[in-house]
Amino acid sequence: MFSRVLALIVKELLALLKDPKSRMVLIGPPLMQLIVFGYAATFDLNQVPFVVYNADTSAASRDLIAHFTGTPTFRLVARVDSLAQIPALIEGRKAVMALAIDARFTRDLLTGQPAPVEVIVDGRNSNTALIALGYANEILSDYAASWASQHGARTPSALVMRARYNPNLESRWFIIPGIIALLAQVVTLLVVALTVAREREAGTFDQLLVTPLRPVDILLGKGIPGLIIGLAEATVILLAAVFWFGVPLRGAVGVFYLGAVVFIIAVIGIGLLISALSATQQQALLGAFLFMVPSIILSGFATPIANMPQAVQWLTLINPLRYFLVVVRSVFLQAASLASLSTEIAAMAAIGCVSLVAATVMFRRRVY
Amino acid sequence: MSIRISRRLRGLVRKEFVQIRRDPSSLAIAFLLPALLLLLFGYGVSLDAYHVRVGVVVTQPTAETASFTSHLQHSPYFAPVALPDIQAAERAIGRREISAILWLREDFTRKLLASGGAPIGVMLDGVDANTARIVEGYLQQTWQTWLAARAAEVGQPVPGATISGALAVTGRVWFNPAVQSRDYLVPGLIAVIMTLTGALLTALVIAREWERGTLEALMVTPVSLREIIVSKLAPYFVLGMGGMAVSVAMAVWLFHVPLRGSFAVLVLAASLFMGAALGMGLLISSVARNQFVAGQIAIIVTFLPAFILSGFIFDIGSMPEPIRLFTYLVAARYFVAILQSVFLAGDVWSVILPNAAALVAMAAIFLGLARLVTRKRLD
Repeated sequence: MFSRVLALIVKELLALLKDPKSRMVLIGPPLMQLIVFGYAATFDLNQVPFVVYNADTSAASRDLIAHFTGTPTFRLVARVDSLAQIPALIEGRKAVMALAIDARFTRDLLTGQPAPVEVIVDGRNSNTALIALGYANEILSDYAASWASQHGARTPSALVMRARYNPNLESRWFIIPGIIALLAQVVTLLVVALTVAREREAGTFDQLLVTPLRPVDILLGKGIPGLIIGLAEATVILLAAVFWFGVPLRGAVGVFYLGAVVFIIAVIGIGLLISALSATQQQALLGAFLFMVPSIILSGFATPIANMPQAVQWLTLINPLRYFLVVVRSVFLQAASLASLSTEIAAMAAIGCVSLVAATVMFRRRVY
Repeated sequence: MSIRISRRLRGLVRKEFVQIRRDPSSLAIAFLLPALLLLLFGYGVSLDAYHVRVGVVVTQPTAETASFTSHLQHSPYFAPVALPDIQAAERAIGRREISAILWLREDFTRKLLASGGAPIGVMLDGVDANTARIVEGYLQQTWQTWLAARAAEVGQPVPGATISGALAVTGRVWFNPAVQSRDYLVPGLIAVIMTLTGALLTALVIAREWERGTLEALMVTPVSLREIIVSKLAPYFVLGMGGMAVSVAMAVWLFHVPLRGSFAVLVLAASLFMGAALGMGLLISSVARNQFVAGQIAIIVTFLPAFILSGFIFDIGSMPEPIRLFTYLVAARYFVAILQSVFLAGDVWSVILPNAAALVAMAAIFLGLARLVTRKRLD
């Protein structure tokens, strides 16, 4: 029985790898996605264009502006002579931020009155707005603190912030390990979901049915190539993450692979289920898409699950990608042990069991 | 003659519509997927952190430490969790139970009352760097309001004694004062959705005709190439615009995203973008001639860029130079700029006109290229 399944696995892999078009699809797109995501998908801000309105032409206000131009985060694009010029610049996207310093700035600073400074940001991208505002606040409070200490005043308290696991808060360290999980899922799901549909469309599935292979054998033969390809894909991206993008891999590779195998098996179950339910490739592709898009959006890949409404948070519990993302990220950045990830791995295993059983049941109904 | 041609065209278009009606998966891509995406993004995706769980370790509780922690408690951004010591806090952050540790050591009260510079140690969980940044900003804000409140209570002894005393910073977020990420994500999503119908669906459907050989059968009929292309694209243009109308309706009425510009500008920009998307779809199908490959290419060169390289989520200005230059080739980039402005800012012509011009150019290039490739393949 095993040799029969093995033959089917070999045939499946050959069919995927010998066809230049499918081969291209397995190798080109994931690499493209890795590069695009790796370089473009970042929440870090740099060179944010800003304009300055400075009604107070003193050394103090010039020093404040220098605090902004001195960081790579901001880039001064224009100085304006009146507040009325600011709206057009921001509306037309010439600047994302405007810094307005009032004419009373130095006088108030010296007399101990709170010196007025206004920061205006373009909220059309609210995330950029929030982070730019955060940076600006940081620069302003640094400025205020250094001004106070130069003038012999004491600051009652100091906020000392440090980040653990990712000291420079590079979003690349967050996104790239996520891509491993993301692409392992995309490739596995597509390979598995489309194989059966393709055979159905080509009419070769009926031929497969008259062979001595049992439905379970066919399932295994269709599923195992997915596991092999998914793991290979994950390995390639893991290597690229470490050696190309320089993301630190602090934990044990073994824990990563254990998580990966359990995760990919769960994805294969879902892929086979989609395959069993669809008659054409377009339907299979649509099915894969209908699963993939919500599973990516509700996984915590780009936006935290904790920010979602409670009902949606419960929905994420049946999403295997959610757990694997935790596994990958904590193995990479937190050097997590197997024990601390046992909940995640158990959850993925449970999802895998349910989806594989469901796929088998649906398959039998389709076959007989 | 012209009447015969238009009848032929009508027949072809009708055939296309009948086919769309027969295959439910086409309608699903055109309407179900957009609705699903909108619901997911409208309800599921939020970059706005509220009630962030932070662990607070107070080594020596006093009235002063209590005044700080109660400020945290009253902030909508934080849900503080009191922890007995730093070891417990480290364990909690390792288990991802809290997003940050705040540590007020034994010298906090003494320094606050005497020499100043009382340290508040903050350890952020940096795994999710974006959230960590946002939490950092919120902490800074909360800390400053606490300082200001204290200064008001104590009465300022020395001019400029507190940081909040030195500067009075007013932060304003224009166009989206509540800083809701939904208000910027939902308009941009329309570009992603129209890419799905325009490019992915069109690529799949026409690739299927190539695969089955029905397109070649059509070639031997008196129907001209232009008629074939128009008849293939017109129905998907209608589907795409329908999907856009549904999306705008959901954005405005379900998610209460303000539409400050005019609907006419939206429709105009959308039809330009649809032209570019259909051109890409046609081009991909003519190159691939195979559904599996066409679907893959469509996802890679149209859907993903519309998602990532369009400014829909990620800020284009912050991308590395080569990638930023590459985004000029992404049609969705121009459409997203128009969408975000028309929804949140209004009819800002200095944004709309250059981007619309770019869309016209993109549509002309892709449709022309598609026509060229299709013709070559026919000969």
